Amino acid sequence: MSLDKEKIKHVARLARISVDEAKVESLTKDLNSIFKFIEQLNELDTDKVEPLTSILNQSLRSRKDEVNDGKIREKILKNSPKKNEEFFVVPKVVE
Amino acid sequence: MTDITNQSLNEIIENVKTKKVSSMELTKAYIKNIESAKKLNAFVTTTFDQAIDKAKQFDNRPNFDQLLPGIPLAVKDLFCTENTKTTAGSNILNNFIPSYESTVTKNLWNNGSFLLGKLNCDEFAMGSSNETSHYGNVINPVGDQLVPGGSSGGSSSALAANLTPATIGTDTGGSIRQPASFTGTVGLKPTYGLCSRWGIVAFASSLDQAGPMTKTIKDCAIMLESMSGFDEKDSTSINKKKEKYSKNLKDNIKGLKIGIPKEYRVDNMPNEIDELWEKGKKILKDLGAQLIDISLPHTKYALPTYYIVAPAEASSNLARYDGVKYGYRSKQGKDLVEMYEKTRSEGFGDEVKRRILIGTYVLSSGYYDAYYLKAQKVRQLIKKDFDDSFTKVDAIFTPSTPSSAFKIGEKTNDPVSMYLNDIFTVPVNLAGLPALSLPAGVDKQGHPLGLQLIGKTLDEQKILNIGFAFEKNCSFKNEIKKWWS
Repeated sequence: MSLDKEKIKHVARLARISVDEAKVESLTKDLNSIFKFIEQLNELDTDKVEPLTSILNQSLRSRKDEVNDGKIREKILKNSPKKNEEFFVVPKVVE
Repeated sequence: MTDITNQSLNEIIENVKTKKVSSMELTKAYIKNIESAKKLNAFVTTTFDQAIDKAKQFDNRPNFDQLLPGIPLAVKDLFCTENTKTTAGSNILNNFIPSYESTVTKNLWNNGSFLLGKLNCDEFAMGSSNETSHYGNVINPVGDQLVPGGSSGGSSSALAANLTPATIGTDTGGSIRQPASFTGTVGLKPTYGLCSRWGIVAFASSLDQAGPMTKTIKDCAIMLESMSGFDEKDSTSINKKKEKYSKNLKDNIKGLKIGIPKEYRVDNMPNEIDELWEKGKKILKDLGAQLIDISLPHTKYALPTYYIVAPAEASSNLARYDGVKYGYRSKQGKDLVEMYEKTRSEGFGDEVKRRILIGTYVLSSGYYDAYYLKAQKVRQLIKKDFDDSFTKVDAIFTPSTPSSAFKIGEKTNDPVSMYLNDIFTVPVNLAGLPALSLPAGVDKQGHPLGLQLIGKTLDEQKILNIGFAFEKNCSFKNEIKKWWS
């Protein structure tokens, strides 16, 4: 299958990445050549194959549900581009 | 004493232990080399003041029982380092200062070493030539116009140019082994789960694995021993006893069965790579190993599978970069969604955006089964190929890369031709196995080439042993002339 410009703009919107109109053309070309390469997989019959979801022969460990960290608000806020005392600040969401 | 930075990590450790060199002298020697190697652009950040302090502390109260006594080390800028900027080669993390230390680097520091600086890499480790870094191309010390490989290109360049005695990288599809091959150095991707992923900037979590990059096999064993180990904070960390890889290193490989897969060939592969592979096989045979022809029939599907699985996981992992909690935020954007979109558009480079879009697409409603589920099934077949072969052989021997280091700019306009660089390294990541790239020779132009040893799950010791025996019997010597200072 091939991806057209509209589809690519839609996927970019899903991924929350704005794409320059000027760049859509070359992006479409690149992604189509990558998908052509990926679609070699269609040569294989995989109807009877179980999908591999983990390469480890172990199930995920469980642990006690208890607090073992915390009270590090300052550290967490330290790298924020915009903050106000105890909060991350974002552009206005509600009028 | 001759230039100490020419020596292997193991030799340097011996010299520190016997007090022939102090940690301070060592640290100053590397700082001098780094300052005269700006042309290579291997470093994003240097931490010289901190390193000098640590060296002083070590010399005042030395502990020679540690694995890395007083050794300064530079690491890939994908490992979070407490209070030292960590960029992952991206603009979106250009001001990120972690308040925590990755487990792997913490393990290195606990063994007596300290940080010299952070090494350039492809943006979020997505690349095979270090050309996707926001912080500029890295130059291969092998030649002025050559790429150092990627994504751990700063690591391979710094190691080969004597800017650090050893280093660590991460390998999602070949990012340790391919740069090692391009610079005539040793690179090991350990078994998935052997080294903790905690505190490493995530790319594709089911494939990412940290590992050593060194000048010799012995050094590689020392570094692996220092960095590996169970970590509660990584849910896929393997809980097992720590191994003494360097102490247990043996060069006797008599009777070992080594598989030669017929599928590790590509069209237009330079003859030199075949010849080198033949030469390598002869070395192993002369050492008493038994060569066995094997088949890994799904090899050609590994890269297409990888380019579904890795971008899918990346699109999910990179969703966290939203300009809110840390990292870059666009000045534009009237509302929240527009702020996200502008931040991510300005913060990510082209290759990262491409992969996020591929990943978002293959996971999007209506396409999941056709792409992601299909890839997981083929991944099963690729793993099964290895499982079947490992009932017959102890290790598998292949070339590391289909070419030697190429020129800067040569492949940047064609993403698929860039991806093909990892054709021999990617299958191992999909199967979670350990693999070692060994420097083995040079091509006609004098550019280094590597050969790869693939082991069974958690069989690092065996491939290190084979590598150790190979190294002693292979006449290759990495002769890089210093042209950059």
